[in-house]
Amino acid sequence: MSYIKSFIDFLSAPTISFTLLTVAFPFIFPPSDYFEKKNRQWGVYKLWTNAGGFWVFVLITLFFIVGYFDPHFNLTMTKPDNIPIILMIYSMYFLTWLGMKKAYANDERLDRGEKPEEWNDPDDKVLVWPDLVYIELIALILFMVALIVWSILIPAPLEEPANPAATPNPSKAPWYFLGLQEMLVYFDPWLAGIVFPMFIIFGMMAIPYMDVNKKGEGYYSFKERRVGYFIFMYGWLVLWVFLIIIGTFFRGPNWNFFGPFEWWDPHKVVPLTNVNLSEYVWVKLLNKGLPVNIIARESVGFVAVIGYLFIMPILLAKTKLKHLYDHYGPVRYATLMLFGLTMFALPIKMYLRWMFNLKYIVAIPEWFFNI
Amino acid sequence: MAKEEKKETLLQRLGESQVWKSIIRSGVPRNRRQRMYAVLGNVFLHLHPARLPKHAVKIGYTWCMGGLSFFLFVVLTITGILLMFYYRPTVEYAYTDIIDLTEQVPLGIMRELHRWGAHAMVLTVWLHMLRVFMTGSYKPPREFNWGVGVLLMTLTMFLSFTGYLLPWDQLAIWAVTVGTNMARAHPFIGHEGPGASLLAIGDINLVHMGSDVRFALLGGRFVGEATLLRFYVLHCIAVPFIAMIFMAVHFWRIRKDGGISGPL
Ligand code: HEM
Repeated sequence: MSYIKSFIDFLSAPTISFTLLTVAFPFIFPPSDYFEKKNRQWGVYKLWTNAGGFWVFVLITLFFIVGYFDPHFNLTMTKPDNIPIILMIYSMYFLTWLGMKKAYANDERLDRGEKPEEWNDPDDKVLVWPDLVYIELIALILFMVALIVWSILIPAPLEEPANPAATPNPSKAPWYFLGLQEMLVYFDPWLAGIVFPMFIIFGMMAIPYMDVNKKGEGYYSFKERRVGYFIFMYGWLVLWVFLIIIGTFFRGPNWNFFGPFEWWDPHKVVPLTNVNLSEYVWVKLLNKGLPVNIIARESVGFVAVIGYLFIMPILLAKTKLKHLYDHYGPVRYATLMLFGLTMFALPIKMYLRWMFNLKYIVAIPEWFFNI
Repeated sequence: MAKEEKKETLLQRLGESQVWKSIIRSGVPRNRRQRMYAVLGNVFLHLHPARLPKHAVKIGYTWCMGGLSFFLFVVLTITGILLMFYYRPTVEYAYTDIIDLTEQVPLGIMRELHRWGAHAMVLTVWLHMLRVFMTGSYKPPREFNWGVGVLLMTLTMFLSFTGYLLPWDQLAIWAVTVGTNMARAHPFIGHEGPGASLLAIGDINLVHMGSDVRFALLGGRFVGEATLLRFYVLHCIAVPFIAMIFMAVHFWRIRKDGGISGPL
């Protein structure tokens, strides 16, 4: 058992688990023919069958059962405010499974030239009274009963009275913001706390304008929308939901990583050896001192950021993505690139940190401007 | 005629009475026409159309998540009003009032209902968004309503966040301290944000610890008495008010965009 536990601890480290998820993701939600073929070949699509759903459910449940009897994970898991996250894991998984199952069924129907399962004769409608009203009533009563039972069983948490002098370690934001707090490991607050949340909000609002694919409206389907699906699901399930799980269960004192079955040692020392890009270039590569002029010092970083966000899309529009650019037009294309590249900047920065100990690409602490 | 009337049960007689008919305009809905009228003639039910395509009433299609989000909003409003009878938003009383809520108040699960309901609402809103994505229901003509939905989701999380401070325990102030510390890094208007030092007249910084956006949010330099009052007002009045307006738009637009989405 302890071998399994330390193996799970090892797997959960963001470097490992995030990589596994990211590598597996295109096979789970295949965005192109190549991945689609592999998905079929290796049977990944079976995740969305009854048996697949059942086994993942069993795995998650086993994990929580083992965790419940583990002295260390029990502490994190049974915090009253962490119960919503357990609910989140189950409900998010269940409904993704359900939606994908329906989508695959519809894909097959469409392949056979049939209409999607949701299709009905427009003249054959049902009456809201009673057909919808009673469903709503039942849903409402069941939900209320569940909420009352939850409220009776688990008292709302109340800790010591507020004390501005005693900072708890770790101090965590409410669980639904832990994805943002996790980003703070890789980005400064002005990005992780302000700019990215704004980009998330505006980027989400821009989705209907960036996705010009008219197919798949009003019914579950996957194949017709696979690229959009892949991007959205990666952003949602990995960069938001999974980061929340990491932030809740795997981050202990000083926001250090702890495996689920590890003890939260407040004195765990993690060497901080992070280096800025400018130091890499000027000191390590060119063997010079850092230039005094800030702009000169950070010029490499600026070139990298501007190149990634602005030059690369322009070059792509002329070459590989020309068809996309022609199809989308300049404004749509620019919006898609801006939001898309910003989203993928997060995993990119994570890997730069993990592989090269890169602290900042542009580091101007004098102006609070670090990227 | 007279014979038939005798067979009517008391309930049916009630349904035909003047009082009943004056309240529920349609009387007891028996035939198709009356059933449609029952929906149209009722201010709450007429959020719905009178008739719907079959797939739209299936739980498997909508997962009921939008409806449950709204239901939770109503539950939270009601329990929230009850909590407001007892809770005073001052550093002196807040914490003890919360204790009294469980120990002194009869049926002391109002706080639990409110807190777990709030967590559940964040979840149902997220799941609702996932459903809308998976059925492709954000595509034209529903782009605008998706945008309204994104704002509703932001407001839901902000509501939950402002409420988090009110118990005034360690969990509360530190979660809010961590959250609002972000604001000081706001570009230009946070005192530790990029560009803030540009907003200066000569030597005088316009954006400093006592004037930046975090100060405006907290009503001070740290989470204290003024913050508690500010978050209380935001939580009980300001944000629900805004959320309600957006919900009205959301529901109106569902109808105007052609009702619930479906395959053509
Ligand atoms: C407080 C939060 C919200 C409430 C109370 C709410 C309520 C509802 C309700 C009752 C429906 C009817 C269908 C259903 O139950 O699924 C609906 C539909 C819809 N919602 Fe929401 N919603 C909320 C948040 C959101 C969010 C976060 C989004 C997306 C980002 C969104 C986008 C939509 C769209 C596009 C529709 C039309 C769906 C269709 O026609 O199939 N809503 N909403």
